[in-house]
Amino acid sequence: MSDALLEVRGLEKHFPVRRGVFSRVSGWVRAVDGVSFSVRPGETLALVGESGSGKTTTGRCILRLIEPTRGAVRFDGQDLLALSPAAMRRMRRHLQVIFQDPYGSLNPRMTIGSIVREPLDIHRIGSSRKERDAMADRLLERVGIDPAMRRRYPHEFSGGQRQRIGVARAIALRPKLIVADEPVSSLDVSVQAQVINLLIDLQEEYHCAYLMIAHDLALVERIADRVAVMYLGRIVEVAETGELFRNALHPYTRALLQAIPVPDPERIRDKAALEGDPPSPADPPPGCRFHTRCPVVVDACRRVDPPLVEVAPGHWAACHLVPGG
Amino acid sequence: MAPILEVRDLSIHFPGPAGTVVRAADRISLTVEQGATLGLVGESGCGKSVTALSLLRLVPEPGRIAGGRILFRGADLMALPEKEMRHYRGRQIALIFQEPTAALNPVLSVGYQIAEGLIVHGLMKKKEAMAEAARLMALVRIPDAPRRVHDYPHQLSGGMKQRVLIAMALACRPALLVADEPTTSLDVTIQDEVLSLLRRLKDDLGLSLLLISHNLGVIAETADRVAVMYAGRIVEEAPVRGLFRAPAHPYTRALLRSVPRLHEMSSPRDAKRRRLPAIEGAVPDLARLPSGCAFHPRCAERLPECPEHVPLDRPLGEGSRVACFLHHDPEGRPRERTTVPS
Repeated sequence: MSDALLEVRGLEKHFPVRRGVFSRVSGWVRAVDGVSFSVRPGETLALVGESGSGKTTTGRCILRLIEPTRGAVRFDGQDLLALSPAAMRRMRRHLQVIFQDPYGSLNPRMTIGSIVREPLDIHRIGSSRKERDAMADRLLERVGIDPAMRRRYPHEFSGGQRQRIGVARAIALRPKLIVADEPVSSLDVSVQAQVINLLIDLQEEYHCAYLMIAHDLALVERIADRVAVMYLGRIVEVAETGELFRNALHPYTRALLQAIPVPDPERIRDKAALEGDPPSPADPPPGCRFHTRCPVVVDACRRVDPPLVEVAPGHWAACHLVPGG
Repeated sequence: MAPILEVRDLSIHFPGPAGTVVRAADRISLTVEQGATLGLVGESGCGKSVTALSLLRLVPEPGRIAGGRILFRGADLMALPEKEMRHYRGRQIALIFQEPTAALNPVLSVGYQIAEGLIVHGLMKKKEAMAEAARLMALVRIPDAPRRVHDYPHQLSGGMKQRVLIAMALACRPALLVADEPTTSLDVTIQDEVLSLLRRLKDDLGLSLLLISHNLGVIAETADRVAVMYAGRIVEEAPVRGLFRAPAHPYTRALLRSVPRLHEMSSPRDAKRRRLPAIEGAVPDLARLPSGCAFHPRCAERLPECPEHVPLDRPLGEGSRVACFLHHDPEGRPRERTTVPS
C-alpha cells in the first residue's frame, strides 16, 4: 500500500528464555511472530488482543523502544529499522507515544511545564525558551490543564490529569503518528470518557494517525477506523471497524466479542464464550495457534497454520473455515 | 426469606491529615438476600474494598469500624469477641481478592493452600483435606486436578490462580462469598469463564454473593440487586434491571452513559458522534470531600441545596432507594422515579 503512513511487514520479536547459572538460552518466546499491517495518514488503527498476544511488543518495536528480530517498518517513506540512533531521534518528532500508566511515564522530578516543553527543547522548536514556555502553556490549556499549574509536579495531579499531561507532551511536536498503548485502561470509568474525547478532538484538529493498542472492544468500536486482532503473536483478523463488529469471521474475534460483559441485565448469559487458557507464547501449538481453544476446530487446524488472506475487500482473516480463506 | 447479611449504618474511619477523620464508609446499609447476588459498584477510592474487609472485621490499621451493625444470619458480628469471629472468617463468610498472585503464598502448593482452611478450622485431617482440595479444584474446572494439587502458584496462569482462590474460598462451604473485583486482573475471555463459573457455583451450592466491581458489564451479568457507592456512601440501590433501565441517581445515570457499548455506532467516522458523554472532574479524595452531596461538583442536575446538605436515603418503590435531592419534593417526600432520556 503506497498511501500508508506506517507500513509493517513480517515483524518478529523473539525474546530469549534463559536458564541456569550461565544464563544459557533454552528457548525463545515468539512474542511477535510475523505481523504485517499498515496505518494510513490520519486514521486510527486499533491493535486488540489479550495479554501475551504481542500487541504491546509490536508497538514498542515500531517505536524502536526495543529492536525487532526481523521484519520491516516503513514510516513516512523511510525504513525506520535502518536509521542511525541520531536519525531515529530526529524521526521521533513525527512518531510519538502515550503510555498506559500515567503514574510511571511522567518524570516525577520535573514540573509539568517542563515535561510538556521538553520535546520542544530537544527538537529546538521556537526561537527562545520563553516562546517554548508559551507553547507549553497553550498545550496544557488545550488538554484541559490550567497553565497556572505549570510549576507543579506530576504527583499533584489525578490519574486522568496526568494522562492529559502525557497527551499534551505527545502532541507538542504535531506528530504524524501517535502510538497509544492502552491510554485509558488505568483510569477510572468516569474519567476514561474524558481522555477518549480529548484524543478524538485532537485527531480532528491535527489529523494525526493513532495506532491504538487496546483490549476494550466497546471502546475500540467507538474510536477506531480499522481493527487488527492479535492472538499469540499473530494477526488473526483485520477489517474496517463497522465490518469487523458486524461480520467478524475469525472464531477468536467472535469469542472476544461474545466475552465482553454487557451493561444490560436483560441479556441472558449462561455459557462462557471460550474454554481453557491461551497457550504460552514460548510454546505455541502447531497449526493454527487458536486451535486449542477454538469451538469450531477441524483436523486441518491442528496441522496447518492458516495464512492471513483477504476474504473480502479490506477484510483479512487467518482461518481454515472462512470461505475464501 | 430472611437476608443472610444485613449491614446497617456502617461507618469506617481512618485518621486523616491534621486530626481530621477520613470516612471510607459513611453510614452505609446493605442487604444480601439468601441465595442472591448483591453487586456493589464504585470507582477507585470510593470505599468498596474496605467495606468488604469490614464484614469480617479485617479493616486494616489505623482504620476502624466507627459505628453500625453487621448482622450475619441474625448474629451481630460487631458484638462478637475476636475469638468467636474466627468461626466466621473463611468458614461462614469467605473472601476472594482481586490479585490472585498476591493472594497466594508462593512457597506452598496450591492444593495445600486450598486444604489449609479445612485443617485450621479442624474440619479434616491433612490427607483427607488434600483429597478435598483436588475435588474442589475439579469443581472450579481446573483440568487434571489430582496432579495439579501439587503445583505451586507460579506454575499456573492468572485465570487458573483465580480459580484456585475460588476453590480456597469454597473449601469450608461458606454461606456467603465476598468477591472483591474477582476478574479485574484477567483477560476478557478468562473473565467470562470465571464469571460463568461463579454463577454456576452460586446456583449449585446455594451460595449468597457480594460482588464488588467497577465494571458495569460484570455487575449487569452477575448481580440480582445493585448498590452504587460514591465517595464512601451508597447513593442508590435497586434491583439490577430497574437500575440499568431507569437509574435514579445522577451519578449512576452519568456512569451508565459514559461507558461505551458494543454496536451502538452507526458511522464511526463522525467525530461528533464518537465522543462519549463524559462526567467532568475526577473522583474525589476521601480526605478532601466536597460539602453536602459529594457528587455535587460533577453533577449536571445540581440543585441549590446539594452543596449545603447531605441527601438522605429515599425509598423509590420496588425495593429501590436513592440519596439525591432530585427525588425529594418540596415537602421532603420522594418524587416519582424518572427514566433517563437515551
